[in-house]
Amino acid sequence: MTFNPASFAVQVAALLIVLAAMHKPLGIYLARVFEGTTSARAERLFYRLAGVDAGTEQTWPVYLRSVLAFSAVSILAVFGLQRLQGVLPGSGSLPGVDPWVAMNTAISFVTNTNWQTYVPETTVGIFVQMCLLAVQNFLSAAVGIVVAVALIRGIARTRTQRLGNFWVDLTRTTFRVLLPLAFVAAVVMVLGGVVQNFWSTEVTNQATGLSQSIPGGPVASQEAIKELGTNGGGYFNANSAHPFENPNAFISLFEVFLLLLIPSALPYAFGRMVGDQRQGYTVVAVMGTLWLASISLMGWAVAAGQGTATAAAGGLGEGFEQRFGPVPSAIFATSTTLTSTGAVNTAHDSLPPLAGGVAMVNMMLGEVAPGGTGSGLYGLLILSIISVFIAGLMVGRTPEYLGKKIGPTEMKLAAMYILVTPSLVLALAGITVLLPDAMANAPATGPHQFSEALYAFTSGANNNGSAFGGITTSGPYLSVMMGLAMLLGRFLPIVLVIALAGFLARQGKVPTSAGTVPTHGPLFGSLLLGVTVILTALSYFPALALGPLAEGLLK
Amino acid sequence: MNTLAGYLRQAGTALRFLLFATLVLGLAYPLAVFGTGQLIAPYQANGSILKDSAGAPAASALIVQAAANDSGVQDPRWFHARPSAAKWDPASSSPSNLGPNDSKLLEAVTANRSAVAAAEGVDPATVPADAVTASGSGLDPDISPEYARVQTARVAAANGLGADAVASLVEQHTSSGLVAFLGRPSVNVTALNLAVAAAARPSQPAQSK
Repeated sequence: MTFNPASFAVQVAALLIVLAAMHKPLGIYLARVFEGTTSARAERLFYRLAGVDAGTEQTWPVYLRSVLAFSAVSILAVFGLQRLQGVLPGSGSLPGVDPWVAMNTAISFVTNTNWQTYVPETTVGIFVQMCLLAVQNFLSAAVGIVVAVALIRGIARTRTQRLGNFWVDLTRTTFRVLLPLAFVAAVVMVLGGVVQNFWSTEVTNQATGLSQSIPGGPVASQEAIKELGTNGGGYFNANSAHPFENPNAFISLFEVFLLLLIPSALPYAFGRMVGDQRQGYTVVAVMGTLWLASISLMGWAVAAGQGTATAAAGGLGEGFEQRFGPVPSAIFATSTTLTSTGAVNTAHDSLPPLAGGVAMVNMMLGEVAPGGTGSGLYGLLILSIISVFIAGLMVGRTPEYLGKKIGPTEMKLAAMYILVTPSLVLALAGITVLLPDAMANAPATGPHQFSEALYAFTSGANNNGSAFGGITTSGPYLSVMMGLAMLLGRFLPIVLVIALAGFLARQGKVPTSAGTVPTHGPLFGSLLLGVTVILTALSYFPALALGPLAEGLLK
Repeated sequence: MNTLAGYLRQAGTALRFLLFATLVLGLAYPLAVFGTGQLIAPYQANGSILKDSAGAPAASALIVQAAANDSGVQDPRWFHARPSAAKWDPASSSPSNLGPNDSKLLEAVTANRSAVAAAEGVDPATVPADAVTASGSGLDPDISPEYARVQTARVAAANGLGADAVASLVEQHTSSGLVAFLGRPSVNVTALNLAVAAAARPSQPAQSK
């Protein structure tokens, strides 16, 4: 199974070209949606039905309260209705979902993680998949975008308490952006072979006498938003390795395009909304550089194909689909972990150790290249604030970001933001590896067992959702710990971002002077890149050394 | 307005928002995709079902078919699929999730290599990687052209067909063009075995679609 560098280069180039072509038009469209002042008739009807007062803008505490209330209600609804699956229609003979699994799954889908502690085929029917999980694929993605929009407004606006109206932003993002794109993507997927029906088909091969029940379901509609909303929860257990979710190498590339599409266009909308397009270009250039560096490393690590079992097999094969092989698998694995998607077209647990390590580093970067829908942009904007702070220390001036003073309050919020995820990952993974009963759920041995636990908490706290699937997290302890990682990893940063947006919006604009550090161009871009990489390395290097580096470098 | 009352009011809006959003995103949207799919691409939307000469559904072109006994040994008459952590069961789907240095995986790969070499009567060194490793889904319908070549003589003999005729069927069921360049050339075992069966019984030709 050889790695074809020409195929790799062509696909990476094709992705860059198509995403670059979409960057400006989609960015302009997104900015128009976020800045729009009029509502369509259908939207006004929707506001009336939902009881939304669309005319008022909210202060940051109210905006935040709306985000948290909506997410809490969503978690309770998804949990409760999973428990009631046995008495609800459209679920076949499946009983209510186990409480630990239902709790974990509810948190997982509302936080845009889509970690799958459940086995879909035997646990959830069409009702749960279509009316609960796929709906959260839209709404959790929209919440991420809306939070990023609030932060952009905080930067762009001056001397105001108002950040916008959460419900209006959520409605517009969902129905003007995600729904139309998802519909087009779903139709392309059906044409490519992704299933979309509501029944299974009994087949019998008369020659071999073999009978099978070929599963069906609303797969394409879920698959489209699963990638577009950087969600990642598969209709089937094997996720995007399943032939019905990802039937050929073209659809695989299309799925990678979808999951990069919105996160890579949001910086253009950001530049437009703050009135300086160079800011957006700098942000997207940093994202693109990180993506290119990571995908090159991943390609190299996959092509190297380390591993004793891999050597005995005569090449890569375990966990790979024949129709994909190493090239589409490397491209998918990088893009799914640099965004908050977590869909997989290859079993990550079976990747060569250093390739698995690259996947972990991608998530540890905070998923900012280009990151989850919305979360990637606000993550990189926080890192920009950290960068101007460091630059300010070097030249001995009070740091400013786009005319806003980064004072002690703003800096505390930004610093807490970058501490949340590493603290969660390292503390929860650290506690877990000390508990023999918990680690019995990861049957691997040596550094690989540690990697399975580290990967799980890295994925959970960063709301990614991909896994080293050897670990079983459906028991009470790991369900709760993973639930905590996902919940705190999502909402603590959101609280800090919206508070920061509120404090920034109150300020007036400081005029640019000769001493202002410009936050655009190659110099600042390099600084931002360096800060992003160094913060990650400082936080996680010891943990990586015990897992993928130990396995990859010592054998 | 105090904070608790604020939360309760927001929660009420949240519940109504979720309910009406679900009607659109959880019902209207998947039904619209379903309707469109049934209209413009019913074959793909319904699972790429292949029919036999009698017009009865025989297989899905995208899902593996492996006629195996209880101990997982595949019927020597047909082209064999890759090993499967899901036991080739379409009601399930799973990779092995074993790491690349895992001793259990090493044992499995080594055992698979001997078994394939013995079944095909070839040198173990010529058995390709896909023949001894489990796929990501457990339902992989494809094998490599190398693995198909290794099996051609056995399948031809078992079905009373010429090796050339079987080799040409393999050729016909090998992916090419863009999807082979983006991924890699693959032989669809499910469709190939139906074609072999049809060739072995020319009175009842199978339709490929």
